[in-house]
Amino acid sequence: MVGPGHADQTEAGPLAQARLFGFDVERIEQFRLYHLEGDLSADDLDRLAGALLTEPVGQWWSTAEEHLAAVAGQPEGLPGPPGCRVVEVGLRPGVTDREGAELVRASRELGFDVQAASVARRLVVTGRLSDAQLAALSSGVLHNEVVERWAEGLLEPAFTDPEAKSPGTDHLVVRRGTDAELAAVSRSRRLGLSLPEMRAVAEHFEALDRDPTDAELETIAQTWSEHCSHKTFRARITFDDPAAAPVDGLLDTYLRAATDRIAAPWVRSAFVDNAGIVAFDDHHDLAIKVETHNHPSALEPFGGANTGVGGVVRDILGVSAKPVAVTDVLCFGPLDLDPAEVPAGVLHPRRIRSGVVAGVGDYGNKIGVPTVAGAIVHDPSYTTTPLVFAGCVGLLPHGSHRTRPQAGDAVVVLGGAVGRDGVGGATFSSQSMGAETADIAGSSVQIGDPLIEKGLIDVVVAARDAGLYNAITDCGAGGLSSAVGEMAEGLGAEVDLALVPRKYPGLAPWEVWLSEAQERMVLACPDPAAVLALAARWQVGADVIGRFTGDGRLVVRDGDDVVVDLDTGFLHDGRPPLELRAAVLDSARPPRRPVAADPAAALLALLAHPSIRSNEAVVRTFDHEVLGGTVIRPYGGVAGDAPADGTVLVPPGTPGPRGYAIGVGVNVVLGRYDTEAMAWATVDEAVRNAVAAGADPGQLSLLDNFSWGNPTDPTTLAQLVAACRGCHDAALAYGAPFVSGKDSLYNEFVGPDGRPDPVTPTLVITALGVVPDVDQGAPVTGVTAPDHDVWLVGPVAGALGGSHFDDMLGADHGGPVPAPDPAAPARHRAVHAAISGGLVRSAHDLAEGGLAVAAAEWALGGRLGLRLLDGDAVGDDVLFGEGPARYLLEVAPADGARLAELIPGATRIGVTTALPAVSIGGGALQVGLDAIRTAFVHPGGDLAATPTTTTNPEGGPR
Amino acid sequence: MSDGAARAGQPSVLIPVAPGTNRNQELADAFARAGARTTQIPLAALRQGETKLVDHQILALPGGFSYGDALGAGRLLGLDITSWFGDQLQEAVSRHMPIIGICNGFQALVAAGLLPGGGQPAALVANESGRFECRWVTLEPGPAPSPWLDGLTGPIRCPVAHGEGRLTVADPVAVEGHVAFRYLDDTGGPAAGRYPHNPNGSVGDVAGLVDTTGLVLGLMPHPEDHVDPRQDPQRGRRHDGLARGLFEAGVRAVTA
Repeated sequence: MVGPGHADQTEAGPLAQARLFGFDVERIEQFRLYHLEGDLSADDLDRLAGALLTEPVGQWWSTAEEHLAAVAGQPEGLPGPPGCRVVEVGLRPGVTDREGAELVRASRELGFDVQAASVARRLVVTGRLSDAQLAALSSGVLHNEVVERWAEGLLEPAFTDPEAKSPGTDHLVVRRGTDAELAAVSRSRRLGLSLPEMRAVAEHFEALDRDPTDAELETIAQTWSEHCSHKTFRARITFDDPAAAPVDGLLDTYLRAATDRIAAPWVRSAFVDNAGIVAFDDHHDLAIKVETHNHPSALEPFGGANTGVGGVVRDILGVSAKPVAVTDVLCFGPLDLDPAEVPAGVLHPRRIRSGVVAGVGDYGNKIGVPTVAGAIVHDPSYTTTPLVFAGCVGLLPHGSHRTRPQAGDAVVVLGGAVGRDGVGGATFSSQSMGAETADIAGSSVQIGDPLIEKGLIDVVVAARDAGLYNAITDCGAGGLSSAVGEMAEGLGAEVDLALVPRKYPGLAPWEVWLSEAQERMVLACPDPAAVLALAARWQVGADVIGRFTGDGRLVVRDGDDVVVDLDTGFLHDGRPPLELRAAVLDSARPPRRPVAADPAAALLALLAHPSIRSNEAVVRTFDHEVLGGTVIRPYGGVAGDAPADGTVLVPPGTPGPRGYAIGVGVNVVLGRYDTEAMAWATVDEAVRNAVAAGADPGQLSLLDNFSWGNPTDPTTLAQLVAACRGCHDAALAYGAPFVSGKDSLYNEFVGPDGRPDPVTPTLVITALGVVPDVDQGAPVTGVTAPDHDVWLVGPVAGALGGSHFDDMLGADHGGPVPAPDPAAPARHRAVHAAISGGLVRSAHDLAEGGLAVAAAEWALGGRLGLRLLDGDAVGDDVLFGEGPARYLLEVAPADGARLAELIPGATRIGVTTALPAVSIGGGALQVGLDAIRTAFVHPGGDLAATPTTTTNPEGGPR
Repeated sequence: MSDGAARAGQPSVLIPVAPGTNRNQELADAFARAGARTTQIPLAALRQGETKLVDHQILALPGGFSYGDALGAGRLLGLDITSWFGDQLQEAVSRHMPIIGICNGFQALVAAGLLPGGGQPAALVANESGRFECRWVTLEPGPAPSPWLDGLTGPIRCPVAHGEGRLTVADPVAVEGHVAFRYLDDTGGPAAGRYPHNPNGSVGDVAGLVDTTGLVLGLMPHPEDHVDPRQDPQRGRRHDGLARGLFEAGVRAVTA
């Protein structure tokens, strides 16, 4: 027991959360608690605690029993004065416990006899709580059932059983099974296989004249899962409208088709590997991938987001690239949601947000890769289905990624040992969630260990440079089964599970084969000894577990027992194709109804909109500086509190001034009304953000990430088809190919009433571009000087249909949503010409909230003012309308003529001012910077309330 | 790995890399710009005697999360330093070898008792905000004399990126003579404990310490991340606060 305790008083702390849930609690103090198993005298304990557990200044330790006796108050603290209740929370046995492992290691190095150790925490709760309330407080706020256990008073230490026996391998009867029997097999093992798929399996094994083992069936289920095989994106889709031509695979028809038609010379590899690869300079390529980790993050926000980052970083390692940047787009329900409205089995959005944010930061920070770009978006549908999009950029010498394992190569596993963690993750994430999912899927979620991943990065990069492997892939969903299975496709491999390192005994062979224990890579090595020596030097685990054979069969043994013997042809091509039906969408929009809103009040409300307001406090918990290559950060300006458009980095190990920009687009408001328009708008936003940061629109690459509901619902599917069509058309228009993507489907929550609650269709587009010269052609964030001219690129008015203005008002007032603009690509090119020509001092794109929000953020960055459209009448469409390819540029007066030449159609709409206020339309909208900052940084009040007052609550410009 | 070919008379900087260390490459780059040769070596290889501390002229402990910050940031690395390399370190100190520890390296030097030194208890504990913080800060060098600070003519600016950087000491008066850097506000005045200028709540705005000889320097912020004007978030607005001089001073101290 180590003190003093820490009482976290922050918004995300347990006290604030407990009160949010309505518990009558005065104080919650947290202490560190260590369980030690071993032969330790009182003197040993004292020395061990002094050396390892306490700081020399201001900390003490005691045994848990003594401390309990000292703090425990009246257990029946109700009614009467508040009493102290002591709750202890620890990890479930088998959940990753890095600190416990280090404590064992360090204790032994110091000569103490410690057999096992685990880290837990004690919470001393002061308040009036019944036993039932205490239990509710613990499960609602203090611990997470999925990975933790709790007790009032002393928590029994729980270590894994060193004597546990493996249950061995089972056979499952599928031959000559009736439909009902086959469905029962799929259901009882949570395989997620449909009846036609189970029939294909049964026929295959009838021909073999035997039944499959549990390991074989699980291998097939993982390989055929939505997560691994993307069957919806490969399905044949027919339409309720007989005139509509069927679509033979969304991937081939739209996404890959756009890439093929563009045939961009900078694309090195698209859609075929763990990540897309594009050219950077004459010697280096960049790899990029964005993944979703939605289902795990809903259940265990910290672990889900943590392993989401870990997984996408390994995707980058899986194309032999060194990870150099991490991105994250996070989608949560309303933070002010009444806890009574949170359905059973769902965590409150606040709790999900604090866990996810901590999980992203913990992983990125600890592996030493800067987390540089992203967004936080809010929508009511994200309450039950929060979304986590984690991305990673990597750097590799051109031509250094080898992809062909050879017969005779050793199968080498690098990284951690396997446990029961994450067993069945791919099938789990390919199904809908319900109230009971948390109980059933507990083992599908896990905690990451970034320390091991950091070692993997060092070893893989060194092994790549030394040419020590012929192929590499990561162990993601499906664990070894999918990693080895994919590498062995057409070649064949033999694996002995007895050689796979385990965290603890007692695992069934199929669990070892399927375990999604994180932080592992599989390599095909002609000379495994060299890789093993390299790994030992970096203190990373490495084991030879088999070899690639050349006979086209996937054979897995556990010692002498054969547990898998499958034809890789059947495994990868035997899945019966999926057929789906889509409805006809009606995207017609009602005409616009007039809205009475005071412009200044509307601007301040928009600045406080959950998807617009400052996330600086979150972003600063992510290290965006490590590796030393960051040039444009997520937040910049004089005081570092203004949002940048894209972020710019120079890859480590390259000399500069060439860099790369990352732009992110996401627009959930449009997803409610028109997914095709959303796709266009989202592609444009990603492009715009990259171009505003200095990227050349003539060398952009895109990634598509879909988070959608259930595709067997014809309307949901039709929305997906429309979005893919929009992606295709926009990519062609902008000349920007897709190089990678990921679809996450079945993002719906089936409540106790059996009605599905689907996520609002959400598309994240990530743009990766080259910035030819970051020293001359990457505009700074926020305006730089007074008395400069402000130029507007693009139409002065935007669309209000599907705008954040309407979303802020809490109602759809009709009117068309933003339409594709045929002139947009030319405007992006012209803006880049002006930026790379050194004419643009600072730039900001017009995005959510239109001109007024852009002007406010931009002025805030420079701690200066703006006077725009001084003599013009401005309506809501000018102030708050949204649309593609619109920018504000700050240009010195002397450069105006050249700018007008480079950007035909750009309009000089005003000036920067020393007076720190934003004025648009000759005072039609006038707001001081202090008010802007207060609204943007410290939003408060009812965000959905209609601003109807005509007085500026802040009293005008200051 | 040894980075680059050696030139005659070029000092060598040893950069140990523990499991979880992650700012080693930037630190090596900063010393290389200052004219040194650098050797980044996994701790396990150092333990096996692949090279010795005294074969080098400077020891530099980089930032990161050694051992995943288990049991407190820098604690287990500090333990490694005293239990595995205690003798080598004693010899290095007796030969007046300059030592620098940045962020996690600083935490390890404090945990190992090398800073502030002289048996004065000190600790770097969780930030007052309770959060990891990544932001740029302004640092005033001194007043303690140190070869690392020779030639730093004004404040430097660079990022912090840590969750456990709040210096706590048993006796604030006694560490006064050890202060190598203090946090300033953005007007150049003392941060006076105000967030975010003093980002972690350190006693006396202390960002860095030296030992009694001035040869051992530790600091929480990352000067190795501001050795090129391109890295400055204020680029395009102002040009000052480059931290390159710190590494040049360290290299000068062993070449003069």
